[in-house]
Amino acid sequence: MAKITLDNIRHSYLARPEVEEDWALKQLDVVWADGGAYALLGPSGCGKTTLLNIISGLLKPSEGRVLFDDRDVTELPPDQRQIAQVFQFPVIYDTMTVYDNLAFPLRNRGIGETEVDARVRQIAAMLELSERLNTRASGLTADGKQKISLGRGLVRSDVNVIMFDEPLTVIDPHLKWVLRSKLKELHQELRRTMIYVTHDQTEALTFADQVVVMNLGEVVQIGTPVDLFERPQHTFVGHFIGSPGMNLLPCEMDGGKPVFAGRTIPAANADAVKANGGSLEIGVRPEFVSFAEDGIPVQIVKVSDAGRFRIVDTSADGQSIKLLIGEGQGVPSGGACLRFDPDRTRVYRDGWMVT
Amino acid sequence: MNKTVNQKAWFFVLPVLLLVAFNAIIPLMTVVNYSVQETFGANTFFWAGVRWFGEVLQSERFHASLGRQLFFTFTILIIEIPLGVAVALAMPRKGPWVSVCLVSMALPLLIPWNVVGAIWNIFALPDIGLLGRMLNGIGIDYNFTRQPEDAWFTVILMDVWHWTSLVVLLAYAGLVSIPDAYYQAAKIDGAKAWAIFRYIQLPKMKRVLTIAILLRFMDSFNIYTEPFVLTGGGPGNATTLLSIDLVKIALGQFDLGPAAAMSLIYFLIILLFSWIFYTVMTRNEEQ
Repeated sequence: MAKITLDNIRHSYLARPEVEEDWALKQLDVVWADGGAYALLGPSGCGKTTLLNIISGLLKPSEGRVLFDDRDVTELPPDQRQIAQVFQFPVIYDTMTVYDNLAFPLRNRGIGETEVDARVRQIAAMLELSERLNTRASGLTADGKQKISLGRGLVRSDVNVIMFDEPLTVIDPHLKWVLRSKLKELHQELRRTMIYVTHDQTEALTFADQVVVMNLGEVVQIGTPVDLFERPQHTFVGHFIGSPGMNLLPCEMDGGKPVFAGRTIPAANADAVKANGGSLEIGVRPEFVSFAEDGIPVQIVKVSDAGRFRIVDTSADGQSIKLLIGEGQGVPSGGACLRFDPDRTRVYRDGWMVT
Repeated sequence: MNKTVNQKAWFFVLPVLLLVAFNAIIPLMTVVNYSVQETFGANTFFWAGVRWFGEVLQSERFHASLGRQLFFTFTILIIEIPLGVAVALAMPRKGPWVSVCLVSMALPLLIPWNVVGAIWNIFALPDIGLLGRMLNGIGIDYNFTRQPEDAWFTVILMDVWHWTSLVVLLAYAGLVSIPDAYYQAAKIDGAKAWAIFRYIQLPKMKRVLTIAILLRFMDSFNIYTEPFVLTGGGPGNATTLLSIDLVKIALGQFDLGPAAAMSLIYFLIILLFSWIFYTVMTRNEEQ
């Protein structure tokens, strides 16, 4: 068990990276606390898997160091790092039984059969595989196989971190929920550090205590699910997390206040924005926009029903603004006025929240 | 599930059926026809029943050829399959050398069979051939035209040279189709090279190896051209394999009846062995 520190990590798959885009990972400094449940969230191609492979040792970073506690492991191969990884597609040893699959990592490390047996049975019980221990692993369904992959990580008592690389991709939707709950349960039971890579916000937000959001090879925000929702540090987080995503409106500063469509909009961080410069935007989530007697005049474009609430599409000054209203709440016809919750409205400069 | 019955669909397979009938079934039936009759000149035939079959099955000559054939086939299988897998494992998976390796591996397969025989015949000649001369030069008494052991050694070496490439290419195709995640997982699980081979590479190559063994079995059991050009079945009858013997009976002695009976027995043996191989090798998967 260890705290994992990524110190000034940069990585490029090219031999001689020249421009900024050549870097698959740009400048990363992240500390993963021992025993935490983390999710690594971002769109495809943002560098999530690269980052994971750097932690596991399958990839050596172009620059920077990886520390487990205070030990530099940058040069160590995966088998000497005491880590476990579950891949997107279940990796099982076809010719072995479920039992032998689970015992494999222990036997490779020369652990005695008595201890192997005890560990395998304990983990099989946790994963509800006890009854299938003597069947061939190749006969199991995709979720059973993925459980074996996970089990091979869990049997070892010395594992520092278990990493999951989009592990539910090939699992049927109704079983995804079951397996995810199982993971959460196992985390609470074992308190191992877990890092879960996904591009699915629901998976990330339900699994993790801390979510690391990545985009274009950079970490844009690390925070609890609530942080990400209520205080997005970057417009990418605002728009990637939440459905529908955050409204973004171009604005400019006038007398210390952000102005949009000729109206002053109160914002939580307005005082921090000293001057114009860069591209300024107001960000507010649809959840924190409401109809009001007096406010920004808008035209209602479309109302769509999303179950417990309705999404109202409006337009003001050529910009689209979405808001959510509860069931049964009336929608004014034609024109209306909107109000933004000032505590949840923020100004962003070049994508980043102004602080 | 309900199957749609459409008898008109048979018309679509009719051309293929005719083609197969023309080039396989009809010649085969001609052989069956010969095998139950005695022939004389001027196209006169007499009914012989199963006499030829009985004669062939009891003939010592046939037993000897069959024994040599089995020895040849199993020897080359035991050499070519492990060697082919070993070469495939040693080949690079990425980079510019892949195509170099693949092309040089494919080269022996592209050479016409009688040319292979001729190349090895000259190569192994004790007085002027590179191999023969060298072996004699280092003090080994080697002469494949006179000593049966030397003839066997040369025939087997030639087959290994000619056909191991096929096993290499098949095994290599099986190897490169293994996803990286398997190797990564094995590294994380602390597996050593032998365990990776035993539990990942070998099981994943099983299908292509089944095909490789079947193909090499059938082809080597049918082999004619190369040993015929190299040794002509000699010295004496030392390297007379089944097909060489069959041609001697059919075209040398013109005993069409016994030759036809022998062809059918030969064919059934290959069919039987192939079926046994296939069943044994795929049995585990069905379980």
